[in-house]
Amino acid sequence: MSGSTSAEPLVYARRVPEHTLQEPEVEALRGDGPERERAIAGLHELLLRAARFEVSRRRAALSHVRGEELEDIATQAADDALMAVLAKLDDFRGESRFTTWAYKFALLEAGVRLRKRAWQGREVVMEPESWTAFADRRASAHDELEQAELLGALKKAVDTCLSPHQREVFVALALNEVPIDVLAERLQTTRGALYKTLHDARRKLRLELAAAGFARPEES
Amino acid sequence: MTPQEEQHEQLERLLGPTGHELSCDECFDLLDQYVDLEVTGADADARIPGMRAHLTGCPACNEEHESLRALVTDDRG
Repeated sequence: MSGSTSAEPLVYARRVPEHTLQEPEVEALRGDGPERERAIAGLHELLLRAARFEVSRRRAALSHVRGEELEDIATQAADDALMAVLAKLDDFRGESRFTTWAYKFALLEAGVRLRKRAWQGREVVMEPESWTAFADRRASAHDELEQAELLGALKKAVDTCLSPHQREVFVALALNEVPIDVLAERLQTTRGALYKTLHDARRKLRLELAAAGFARPEES
Repeated sequence: MTPQEEQHEQLERLLGPTGHELSCDECFDLLDQYVDLEVTGADADARIPGMRAHLTGCPACNEEHESLRALVTDDRG
């Protein structure tokens, strides 16, 4: 599919009518023959629209990337999303519009590619160097003291309560704001696994801060 | 935003949401339903507990949610 669409200009505004793929067309995707081919072509157009939409939303952060490359990214995202949608077609149970269900695959594929592209060549900082910038913000003397105590307790908890892997993931994702898909690629893991690690680390830190007397909403 | 508010918000972001939270995989599975509920004015948070907390805690899933909602809203004109 890439070859037939890569020369198209970046046009995002073309609106697709609501309920683009009605149920009969979803059935066509499950069938075979020319009807299925037509349905697949329609689905690819839909996914390409979603991928281009995502590119256009992130364009400001990617001003250094050529338009042709962005169009290639959109096309690759649509191609991979098409494969994912066709592979997972039996998972679609009509609990949302089919179009909404299909769009999310293209947005995921495009989003992951664009995050990685934006960070291409940048160092992924795993050390807690952002604490300094964090502590530098000025507030009133009283607030400053309170915040400094909380910050001190948080730094201590990060150093003492987290496992080395939890600390590494927390520092990269939460403190240094490395995109999760970029870190997943560098550490050869998945978004879900990294987020679970981050979630567990945050929970430990919240509990530790609560034990040290820093009030925060209750854990359920 | 004052420096104090900014720092407080940053601390909240560091420590993440409390309470029940979906995983990234669960979020992806339910995102289409959540967005369709949102754009039709239904109470998406009541129907899909844990989604809002996850979107607060996970910037990548949150971006995908924002994009899907914008795209579906755009389709609806």
